[in-house]
This record gives sequence, C-alpha cells and structure tokens, in this order.
Amino acid sequence: MPSLPLSGQLINLFAALLLLLAFAMLTQRRILSLINLFALQGFVLALSTAVVAYSTHQGHLYLSAAITLGLKVVLLPWFLHWLIRKLNVRWDVESVVNIPVQMLIGIALVIFAFNLAAPISQFAGTITKSALGIATASILLSFLMMITRRKAVSQVIGFLAMENGLFFAATSATYGMPMVVELGILFDVLMGALIFGVFFFHIRETFESLDIHHLEKLKER
Amino acid sequence: MNQASGIAFQVLQSVLVVLIAPLVLGWVNQCRAWLQNRSGAGIWQPYKVLNKLFHKDAVLAHNASPLFRATPYILFGCMWLAVGIVPVLATSLPFAPAADVIALVGLFALARVFVSLAGMDIGTSFGTLGARREMMIGFLAEPAMLMTLFTASLISHSTSLVTIVETLGQSEFVIYPSMAFAAIAFLMVLLAENARIPIDNPSTHLELTMIHEAMILEYSARHLALVEWASSLKLTAYITIGIAMFAPWGIAQAGDWTGVPIALAALVLKLAFAGAGLAVLETVSAKMRIFRAPEFLGTAFMLATLGMLTHFVLET
Amino acid sequence: MDFSSLQPIEVAVTLSVIWIGLGGIALAFASTPRIVTDAVFPAGAVVALALALTGLWAMNAPASAAILPAGLPDLPFHVRLDALSGFFLLLLGGVSFGISLFSSGYFRHGDQPPGLLCLQYHIFLASMAFVLIADDAYLFMVTWESMALSSYFLVTTEHRSEQNRRAGFIYLLIAHLGAISILLSFGVLHGGHGDYTFDALRRAELSEFWATVAFALAFFGFGAKAGMLPLHAWLPEAHPAAPSPVSALMSGVMLKTAIYGMVRVIYDLIGGIRWEWGLTVLLFGAATSLFGVLFALMQHDLKRLLAYHSVENIGIILIGIGLSMVFIGSGHPVAGVLGLIAGLYHTLNHAVFKGLLFLGAGAILHSTGLRNLNEMGGLIRYMPHTAFYFLVGALAISALPPLNGFISEWLTFQASLQAPLLESSVVRSLVPIVAAVLALSGALTGMCFVKVYGVAFLGQHRHALAEKPRDADGWERAGMAWLALGCLALGLLPVFMIGQLNNVSQVLLHAGLSEEALASGWLWLVPTSSAQASYSPVVFLLVIGAVFGLTFLVVRQVYHGRLRRADPWDCGFPEQTSRMEDTADGFGQPIRHIFAPVYQIRREIPRPDDPYPVFRQEVEDRHWEWMYLPVARFTEFLSRHIGKLQQGRISVYLLYSFITLIALLVFAQ
Repeated sequence: MPSLPLSGQLINLFAALLLLLAFAMLTQRRILSLINLFALQGFVLALSTAVVAYSTHQGHLYLSAAITLGLKVVLLPWFLHWLIRKLNVRWDVESVVNIPVQMLIGIALVIFAFNLAAPISQFAGTITKSALGIATASILLSFLMMITRRKAVSQVIGFLAMENGLFFAATSATYGMPMVVELGILFDVLMGALIFGVFFFHIRETFESLDIHHLEKLKER
Repeated sequence: MNQASGIAFQVLQSVLVVLIAPLVLGWVNQCRAWLQNRSGAGIWQPYKVLNKLFHKDAVLAHNASPLFRATPYILFGCMWLAVGIVPVLATSLPFAPAADVIALVGLFALARVFVSLAGMDIGTSFGTLGARREMMIGFLAEPAMLMTLFTASLISHSTSLVTIVETLGQSEFVIYPSMAFAAIAFLMVLLAENARIPIDNPSTHLELTMIHEAMILEYSARHLALVEWASSLKLTAYITIGIAMFAPWGIAQAGDWTGVPIALAALVLKLAFAGAGLAVLETVSAKMRIFRAPEFLGTAFMLATLGMLTHFVLET
Repeated sequence: MDFSSLQPIEVAVTLSVIWIGLGGIALAFASTPRIVTDAVFPAGAVVALALALTGLWAMNAPASAAILPAGLPDLPFHVRLDALSGFFLLLLGGVSFGISLFSSGYFRHGDQPPGLLCLQYHIFLASMAFVLIADDAYLFMVTWESMALSSYFLVTTEHRSEQNRRAGFIYLLIAHLGAISILLSFGVLHGGHGDYTFDALRRAELSEFWATVAFALAFFGFGAKAGMLPLHAWLPEAHPAAPSPVSALMSGVMLKTAIYGMVRVIYDLIGGIRWEWGLTVLLFGAATSLFGVLFALMQHDLKRLLAYHSVENIGIILIGIGLSMVFIGSGHPVAGVLGLIAGLYHTLNHAVFKGLLFLGAGAILHSTGLRNLNEMGGLIRYMPHTAFYFLVGALAISALPPLNGFISEWLTFQASLQAPLLESSVVRSLVPIVAAVLALSGALTGMCFVKVYGVAFLGQHRHALAEKPRDADGWERAGMAWLALGCLALGLLPVFMIGQLNNVSQVLLHAGLSEEALASGWLWLVPTSSAQASYSPVVFLLVIGAVFGLTFLVVRQVYHGRLRRADPWDCGFPEQTSRMEDTADGFGQPIRHIFAPVYQIRREIPRPDDPYPVFRQEVEDRHWEWMYLPVARFTEFLSRHIGKLQQGRISVYLLYSFITLIALLVFAQ
C-alpha cells in the first residue's frame, strides 16, 4: 500500500487517539478524569479538523476547529466542573456491569463498527475514508458508556462524546458539513448541556441523589 | 559479514548489556531519589550491592530442594539469552535467528515459572503468596506483551525482531496509529512485569504488599545476587525491546564496526531517557490495590488487541 | 516369507492382531499375575514400538491397502494405511510403549488381579489401531464401538464405587451419542448408492447443503469423543475414575483418534472445505481451550485437573485445524498447510506430555494413595525421579521453550499471523482475537502447573503420611523416562517431525510447506521463510546451559562457594506449620475472584464462634444446569409419554401388529 501523505497519516493517528480516548472514558472510574478526558478528546478533534483544513485548503474548517476548541475544550468542561462542584458529586462512578465486561463488549462493538464501515468507506472520496470505521466505533462506545453508567453526570458526558464522534465522522468522510448545519448542531449541544444542568438540580432536589435508579420510582406500578 | 566478525559482535553486545544492566537500575533509582528530593545512593550502588552479596555465605533452608539452588542460575541464563537476541547494538547477529518475539515471550515465561516454583519450594506462606501473585500478574501480562509484539509483527509481516527493527527503523518515516495503542500497552506491561509502581513497590519491606520480593525472600548471598542481576537484566531487556519497536533509529548492522560508536551513543542516550521517564512515571503514580492490578493489565491486553484491529482497518 | 514386498498395512494388521492375542494370553494366565505383569505387558510394549515404526515407515511410503478375511460375507473389512494413518499409528505406538512399560510396574503391586484388565487394555489398543487403519465405514464403526466398550470396562474397573459407575455411564452415553452422529454423517456422505468403502465416500458428489450437514454431524460426533465444548462433561468424570495408565491412554491417545476421525472425514472424505466450517471449528476450539483451563485452575483433584487440561488442549488442536480450514476455504493452501501441521504437531505433543503427566499422577497415587492436591506436599524429597519427569511434563504442557509444547503453540501463532491474507474482514478481525485467547490459555496453563508442581512436590507435607513414600519402581520409571525423552526430542529436533508431517499434508491437501522451510537444516525451525520467523531450540538450551555452568564456576573461582543450612524465614512468628502454606484452592483464589461469573461456586463458611472451622467450596460446571439436566428431563418426559404405549394387554399389542400390517399393505400398493 503506498503510504499516505503526512496529513493523511496524522489524521489516522488522531483517529486512533480518539478511539483510545473513547475506550479510556469507558474504563474510567472517577468523574474528574472523565471530564478531563472529554476535554482532551475535544482538543484532538480540533487538531484533526485543523489538519484537514490545512491539507484541503477549506477555510471554513479553520472556523470549525476554532469553535470546537472554544466550546468543547474550554466552555463545556468548565461548565461541567462548575456543575459537579455545585452538586457536590465528587464520587466514583458506579456502573451497571463491571469494567472488564464493559471492555469486552467494547471490543465486540469495535469489531462490529469496523466491519460495518468497511464497504461504506470505499465510496467516500476523501483521503481519510478509513477513519470512518473508527468514528463509528467511538460513537458506539460513547453510547455504551451512556447505557452502563448509574450517575447522571457521566451519561451527559457520554452524550457529548457521542457528538464528538459524529463530528469526526463528518470531517473525515465529507470534509465537514455546511457551516449552517454545524453551527446549528453546536448550538443544540450547548442548549442540551444547559438543560441537563437544570434537570440535575431538580432531580437532586426531589431524590436527594443523582443516581438514576431513583427515576424508576416514577413508573406507574 | 563473516562469521568471526558476527560472533565478536554477539559477544560484545551480550557482555556489554549484562555489565551495564545494574547501571540502568542505579540510574532509575537515582532519578527517583532526585524527584523525591533525596540525595540518593549514587548510580553505582547496585554494583556495590552485588559485590557485597557475592562475598557473603549462602544460607539455605533445611528443606530447600535442588530446584531452589538451580533457579538463580537458570534465571540468569534466560536473561543473558534474552539480551543476546534483542537487537540492542546491532541487527543480524548470529543468535538473532534463534528466537523471534514469541520465543522471547516464552523465555520470560520460563524465567517466571522457575522463580515461582522456587518461591513455593520452602513452603512458607510468604513464598507461596509471592508465587501466587506473580502468576496472577503474569497470566495477563504475558498475553498483553504477545499482542503488542504481534501488532509490530503485522506491520512488518514477520515475527523476527531483526526484520521488525529493519522495517520500522530503516525505512521511511511513517506514523502507525496501531503502534500508538501498542506503545501504551507495552508501557503498562513493562511496569507490571518488572515489579514497578503502580503494580508492585520494588523497595517495600512489608511482606503483605510484596509480589516479586516475596518470592525471593529466602535467597541470600550469591543466589540473591544472581536473582537481582537477572531482574535488572530483565528491566534492561524490556526497555531495549521497547526501543527496538518504538524508537529503532541508530542500530548498526552487524559486521559494520563503523556504526558501533553511533549505536553505543544512541543506546546510552535512549536508556538514560527511558530510565528517567520510568522514574517520573513511578513518582507520579501510587501503588494500586492488588486486585486492581488485573484490571490494569486487562486494559493493557484490550488496548493491544485493539491496536491489532486498528491495524487491519487503518493500515491495509 | 517374502520381506521385500511386505506392505506397511500387512505389518500393522499383524501387530494389532498380536495385541488381541496377548490379551487372550493374559486372560488365560489370570491366576498367575506375575506372568501378566512381567511378560504380557512388556510384550505389548514391544508390539507398540514396532507399530510406531510401521507408522513412521508408512508416512514415507505410498499408501497401501488390503481386504481382511473378516466381516460379513458380502461386506469384508477394508483397511488402508496412508501418511495420515501412519502419523497417528506413530502416536499410538510411541505413547503406548511408555504406558505399557509403566503398567507393567503399576499393576504389579495393585490389589486387583490384572488378568482381565490386561485383556481389556490390549483390546482397547487393538481397537484404536484398527480405527486408524479402517478404510470403510463398517469396520470404522465396529472398531469405534469396541473402543468405547473396552474403555468403558476399563473406566469401571473399580466398580464398587458409586462415583465410578456414574462416570462410566455418562461416558458411555456421550460416546454413543457421538457414534450415532458419526454414523449419520457416513450415511449422508454415502448418498444412497455404491458401497460404504472410504473410496466410494470420497468420490460421492454432494451438494453444498448436504456437505455442510455431513460436516456438522461429523464435527459434533467426533467432537463428543474428543471432549469439545459443550460435550465435554464425561471427560472430568471418566478420566479420574480409570486406573492411571488407562487415564493416560484415554487422554493421550483415544482423544486423538477423534481428531484423526475429524481430519479424515473433513479433509479427505468430504473435501471441498468451506471457510465457514473453519470459522465454526476455530470458535469452538477457542471457547473450549479457555473453558478447560479456567476449570482446571479450580480443581484440587490431580487427575480431574489433568482431565480439564485435556479439554483445553483439544481446544488448541481445534484452533490449529480451524485456522487451516479457514485458509484453505479462502484459497490460501500454504497457510492452510501451516495450520494443519500446527494442529497435528500439537496432537502428538499433547499425547506425549499428557501421558507423562498422568503416569506421574499414577506414580504418586501408587506411592502415597493420595489424589487430592491439598493433602500432598514435599514429595520431591521422597520421589526425586518422579518429580523430575513430572517437571519435564509440566514445563512441556505450559508451552515453555525449549520443550515440545512451545513448538506447536509457536506454529499455531505463526499460522494465525497469516491472517492478513484473508479478504473477509469479519474473519480477519476474529483471528487476532482467537490468537489472544490462545495466548491467555497458554499463560493460565503455566499458572496452573506452577500450582500443581508447587503444591504437590515442593514445600512441606500438609497432612501426616502413614509411611514414607517410596519412589516409582524401575518399570514405572522407564515408562516415564521414555515419554520425557519424547518431550525433549520433539522440542529440540522439531524439523524432522515437521518434514514427516509435510508428507501428511501432501497426501491430504496436495500442497506442502515452501522450499525454504524444508531446506533450513536440523538446527533452525523455519515455517515459511527465515526473514519471517525462525526458532532454534538447541541454541536456547546450549546458551542457558553454558551460562549456568560458566556462572557457577566463575562465581566459585572469583568469590567462594560456601553454604550453610538454617531455618526458613518466619517473619518473627515462630509457630509456622506446614498448614500455613498455600493449598491448591488457595493458589487458585485470584482466578476465582477475577473470573467469578464463569463458575458456579457453592460455599460453606464456618460460623465465627466455631472452634474447629472448616471452609468448604465446590466449583461446578454450569453446563449441567444449562444443557445436560434439561436434556435429561426432556428425555424422561418423552419416555413417560411414549411409555403409555405399553398397555400390558395382549389385545392391544396384537392391535399394533394389525395396524402396521394394514399400513404396509396400503403403502405397498
């Protein structure tokens, strides 16, 4: 296989780092480390968008990278840190299934995602089409993280990480979305995070805890 | 390259690495001391310890078997062979075709089995505790190491260390993302197999927190000296395997005497850097609870397997 | 007799018949056990060695066939000896040589008369030999059945124990389930025309669907005999119940006849291998190997532990064969050859080291009467020879260089690293996972044998022994030494055997290893090319040995060699007893903790104020609850309902005959 130009290799490297961070978030126990890993993931994402912008000479991707940097590396992590300080939730994250089983399911999802993306990536016209499989895998891993966590804050982080994966898939397969769509999605994410924050206060007031088990008491019988 | 030159290279590499292994350990301990704001014992301390131990009379328990007495020599022999195979100074040495990466892992496994058996030999609870814990660490560390090496093998289409070094070091510069996964997994395995923090504390005196030290509690004098020397050789071997896979520049060709000074200088520089890095890593981490260790190693195993899968997606 | 035109097949048949004859002699002289143990068993050993040499001869000669003057008038028995059968005859003969020598010493001091046992033993051996050379489905099934029956009688030798009877029942039941499946598979291959010779079965053209059905039936049937998941439940019951040499024979050789059957039917008779079949074999093999070793780590009965390790090693053999099938099905014959050779080499290795380990367990049982690891300890002082041979076996099974277990695992890894050749990305991702599972089970095996050797031979006695144990006697030592020598030879000089196995793959696949692989000489093992991989066990041994010797001498020269004895380190606590060292269960505690969901553990924990606390734990196989008991209950349910047909009144039975007659008359129109 002829080796890719340096930009292509860098993007593959960032894809691998993204997957690594998604896996690391899956196996993390402490909520502070989760937020830091999320911020790191945002940073890697911004770098990779910048590299794609440089190699394909698409100016609007520089703007995307800057927005990603501002929103996902600075604003959202700061907001999450403020949230957990206010809610006083500095505990260890508990999960529904234990960590080794989560890792095994994670590996199975990764294989599934790779096989799923293989025929699709043949049709993409970019230099980084093989990164599509990795993006799909990180989306699925973040979804798994949302499913297997008990505390609400980590579920939010899973949701945000999923959006990271989607963004990376878009950048690598189609060189980014139209600017309007991107701005719209980012605004939605910001609003979503704020609404989550409001809901957490309500849940905490009602149940004295953020364990989502308590939400099951709301069912009919 | 003729026979005599090759053999000379082989002997030079083996003897050199065996002699500087305690120095590597001393350097790591000295860096740790500096980071902990102590003045430390100096980088030559391990040599003084070895000398002191060799002078002493050996004390054996009444019921020690011949296996117990033979194990330090077998350990030392295994580690000597290991550093003879890894391309430290030069590739294409005469011994290099004797073992590939799988055989190298098998060699470390042989050493681990013998030292565990020796730990169980006397029949005290400390020895069996150490043996049990060592095998618990080993059963996950060995497959993780194997998967890491397989990632490198898949890239270079070979399990021979010579070919791996040549493919990764002497061809054009390419970034392999799967090697990123493999590097992290390898680092975790290195910490576990060489009994460093966060798995085991090499300077602990509390028997209940020991893993490696508990197994060799009964050894004294020359036996202990050989076991300690073999441990420092194992650390050096692991560091050189890491260098061969992830930073293989500067290794000479066997028979090429002009490349030796460069190779030596590169080796010293890399070992110093690696030793300092290891000391930093040990200082910022805390020792884990014993049953967190399998999770730690399980993560390494998963990362290495993930690296292999990533290779199939991104690099073919 | 014209020796120049002697065919290997004739020699093989003659030797097998001699075995039956020896059994008959043993029965005739059952009243004088001395003759049985001193003459018949050694004679059987000599016949075994001759059979092994015949097998070796057959691997290098063209296939020879014969028709025996036995069987039914129109269906005579056909026999044929080609390279594949020759390899397995070599395995049978070589391993049973050591086991027969051991038996000669073992049954000398036993309490049961060995005459009948010797008859059953030799019929067992002869049946296995005939299974390997059978060339038609009829002879194959007859000898398969006699193999199962004779081993059933051997397993229930000590029939006074309820547990042994139960073990024999389970064994016979699953053996017959497997036999029915194999019979059906032959039926599918037959296709409805021609006779049942293997030649006819080979030539029959099958559609894809029927070929897959035949494969599934054969895989299930031979897998039941081999002890594959989920039909393994008989192995941990039957192997401990039998006398130790018989366990060695069953674990070492009988399981391999099942592998022979699988290879023969799938590669030779069905042909046209599809990669989906290979993937099935691969996945079952991986699951079996991991399951086997995890359960072996939980056992404290030595023979049960070794039986679970047999399950694990069958899994490893299936991984090799599965890889081979995947590569052949995807059109890469050279990689397929590598996988097949890896699987077959492991078959031979396992026979040798498992036989050795069971013989060692038998020697321990003989000397001390102990089978429970928790009661042994410190035996290396009383049984140094047995300890040495057992160490060789333990190192071999843990796949440590430079012994033989490492060679076959190495070859299997090399085969799995050919995965980039495959196009299907699902299979290409699964092969590294299987390689990871193989590495994991190899490492766990090492842990298990450190436990076994450390608890049994090293340390101190855990319970007081009635009398000082004596070491194995001359015959027992000879048997173990032969097998240990086999482990060493197969480990140090693998190139010879690989050359022989190349002949086997030429016969089955019409493809062999590359030129460079075969031309590397006896010192270096090179499966594909030396740039890709090479290994030299002799260099390993020489360097380690040289460093050992040199260091010993140099240290004594430069410093000194003084030594004195003292008490062990007790951390200032003077009341250390031998009960404070780890038991087998204690050693396995980390694995129980880590893999807890896999096991079904029943615990009895003493009350805190109990003056004599006893902690009891039973680890059970979940397959009984998931599979075996539901099937048994369903069968009982069906039988109860069908039993209603048995009314007990004669007029009802006459009615049944009448209805059948009417039905036949209707259909015959």
